[in-house]
Amino acid sequence: MSKKDTNFISAREARKISKENNKILKKLDGRLSRKNVPESEYLTTMKDPGNVVEFDDLHTYFFTDVGTVHAVDGVSFNVPAGKTVGIVGESGCGKSVTSLSLMQLLQRPTGQIVSGEIRLNLGDKAYDVAKMPIDAMRNIRGNVVSMIFQEPMTSLNPVFRIGFQLDEVIKLHNTGMSDEEVKQRSIDAIKMVGIPDAEGIYSRYPHELSGGMRQRIVIAMALVCNPRVIIADEPTTALDVTIQAQILELLRKLKGEINASIMLITHDLGVIAEMADYVVVMYAGRVVEKGLANEVFLDPRHPYTIGLMESKPVINKKVDRLYSIPGSVPNPINMPDYCYFRDRCEKCVARCEGKYPPECHVTDTHIVSCWRYFDETKGGTGR
Amino acid sequence: MSEVKEKILNEEDQKISVESGEGASDNVLEVKHLCKYFPIKAGLFGRVVGHVHAVEDVSFTLKRGTTMGLVGESGCGKTTIGKTILDLTPKTSGEVIFNGNVHLDKMSSKELRAFRPKIQIIFQDPYSSLSPRLPVGEIIGEAVREHNLVPPEEFDDYITRIMEACGLHDYQKDRYPHEFSGGQRQRICIARAVALNPDFIVCDEPVSALDVSIQAQIINLLEDLQEKFNLTYLFISHDLSVVQHISDTVGVMYLGNMVEYASKEEIFANPLHPYTQALFSAIPVPDPTIKMNRIILEGSIPSPSNPPSGCKFHTRCRNCKGVCRKMAPRTMDMGNGHTVACHIYDPESGYATEEESKPEE
Ligand SMILES: Nc1ncnc2c1ncn2[C@@H]1O[C@H](COP(=O)(O)OP(=O)(O)OP(=O)(O)O)[C@@H](O)[C@H]1O
Ligand SMILES: Nc1ncnc2c1ncn2[C@@H]1O[C@H](COP(=O)(O)OP(=O)(O)O)[C@@H](O)[C@H]1O
Ligand code: SF4
Ligand code: SF4
Ligand SMILES: [Mg+2]
Ligand SMILES: [Mg+2]
Repeated sequence: MSKKDTNFISAREARKISKENNKILKKLDGRLSRKNVPESEYLTTMKDPGNVVEFDDLHTYFFTDVGTVHAVDGVSFNVPAGKTVGIVGESGCGKSVTSLSLMQLLQRPTGQIVSGEIRLNLGDKAYDVAKMPIDAMRNIRGNVVSMIFQEPMTSLNPVFRIGFQLDEVIKLHNTGMSDEEVKQRSIDAIKMVGIPDAEGIYSRYPHELSGGMRQRIVIAMALVCNPRVIIADEPTTALDVTIQAQILELLRKLKGEINASIMLITHDLGVIAEMADYVVVMYAGRVVEKGLANEVFLDPRHPYTIGLMESKPVINKKVDRLYSIPGSVPNPINMPDYCYFRDRCEKCVARCEGKYPPECHVTDTHIVSCWRYFDETKGGTGR
Repeated sequence: MSEVKEKILNEEDQKISVESGEGASDNVLEVKHLCKYFPIKAGLFGRVVGHVHAVEDVSFTLKRGTTMGLVGESGCGKTTIGKTILDLTPKTSGEVIFNGNVHLDKMSSKELRAFRPKIQIIFQDPYSSLSPRLPVGEIIGEAVREHNLVPPEEFDDYITRIMEACGLHDYQKDRYPHEFSGGQRQRICIARAVALNPDFIVCDEPVSALDVSIQAQIINLLEDLQEKFNLTYLFISHDLSVVQHISDTVGVMYLGNMVEYASKEEIFANPLHPYTQALFSAIPVPDPTIKMNRIILEGSIPSPSNPPSGCKFHTRCRNCKGVCRKMAPRTMDMGNGHTVACHIYDPESGYATEEESKPEE
């Protein structure tokens, strides 16, 4: 292994990288910070008006002193209206960065969308979030797109009462609503997420509630402005299984009631199978397989997806030894120019020596980026 | 009636089985009526105003070379059981016996020092349990040297062998923990424990912080080491599919009580306790065609410092009747070592003849 592959670089190298970064970031971040940008700059049209969000070849990088982290490196998938899209993959594969890009909540200035489009359907028009300045994004966040985080305390302020925090969110997007109306809407939201004694909870502090109740409040907060898309990033990972079952049941019920789309991010294949209509499997910053939930779970094609499914013990399914994928994820600063999974893949074919595999359509909806399916799908198109 | 009495677990039964048993050291660990209460302090002077009953009257035995899984939701006392067994935190009452006759609390400090290496623990968080200032070879070897487990001239070879058994490489000896990934750090923790040639290891959520593909590696490693060194594990986890994979017997905890205990096959095929049934039904299965017949428990987990009266599960139990609110259930032996603490299975509790009643708010 050459020195370049290790995590260490000299102080001189770091200074050089840092200087280059500053130049790039000044340009990228400067564009984001502009005020009063005409809407025409970020207006766009959806490829399919049935989608609420379309990620199109999104690249989001972090410009750090040790090099550029290609956290999201060419991600494309759609979120259809009223559907749940599950995004699954191992820690660090770019699930959160993808969703934070849609919210424009990347850590600034190091984290930047460098290319690609994120088309967001507002009904009468569509915006390209990748081109939107922070200023314009404020009206979108919480209103059109809202987010539920893993740890409810990151979204709740411990020093304010629950009711006050819900009221704030409502007021922010409904200027002109009377105080009574706002309060009533908050209380309705608390009722909606199945917490008894909504009036009582309205005047309590976050720390007076259990973890499961706090997550319900966070869900209430995400729903209160009738968003078109809800991003749920590991919404149940910090919760116990019986409480997780309650929250998943709640999300399912609410989805039917509010007709929003959900982007559900989790590393738990079981949760995805239960909730999602569509599944997106990510590996090292790219989508390796996507399709209807049934297609991906019952007929997984990408060697990584197959490996992931085999390595998880499944209740009441006996195996003597768990499969474990050999090797480890490539360094996100030094991605190879061939299939990112090749160094761990036990199913390589001759074509894998070549460049990164194209998207191959197994069916109209089931798409896998792997050379094994190139011939079968007649050069990727499936036709 | 007398048949019923015999079904109730009591100390007499256990004594007999130990004395007449096929070699007492067959059991690496016997836990009898273990209790651990933490004081709740209040006010300026730290006056004790009550106790958290973190572990209450827990009994079980662990055979050599087997794995017992301990499951339950957060705060139910799993970690506390692990720590009190190893006397890392003193128990309130009850007995913990290793290898048939070793009582840690009756040992002199010299005896204790000699026995310590035999019982080890691996924690969930491999980051905080490794000293950042020591190279990995030293982390693994420190206690080995301290206890003179191998002659000095064999020390290096020994550490190399242990590292290789745990999937680490010889050349990594001089590296520091921060240079390793989460999965590798967990391997270091395992190597450190295994190097002391233990009989028994408490594994407290050893794979919970790891990704699925890394989880599989660590689970396989633990299984290989068990076979190689005839290790006995107490495997604590809230992930039931992992527990089902790795365990021979399973104990289910709720608010400090072990509400059900049985062989793995038995408990997953035939869960008896209403809590176990709800817990098992809540596991998400990675197959979209399977629609689980899910029992959704109402409400949240009560605080262990102020547990409900009678059966602690009664506030969330769909089978709750009047007797459940008044009286704590006894632990019944249902045969084949399957025990359960619930009035439904106790013919003397009066549960069967009582009218249905809705659980109180
Ligand atoms: N602020 C940051 N600075 C530098 N690199 C970052 C930053 N945030 C994320 N990254 C990198 O981006 C990549 C993707 O991270 P991301 O948080 O999206 O992963 P994830 O799939 O959500 O993982 P997890 O399951 O652990 O939440 C990783 O390599 C990560 O180290
Ligand atoms: N050092 C301590 N002091 C006071 N209470 C404690 C202490 N350690 C644990 N507890 C309490 O004991 C109960 C059981 O905790 P623990 O064994 O850590 O649960 P688990 O491992 O099952 O999540 C919890 O209510 C916890 O808050
Ligand atoms: S393209 Fe080749 S190396 Fe990559 S996953 Fe497919 S078979 Fe494996
Ligand atoms: S004793 Fe009563 S409340 Fe407790 S688990 Fe059994 S039926 Fe439910
Ligand atoms: Mg994440
Ligand atoms: Mg614990």
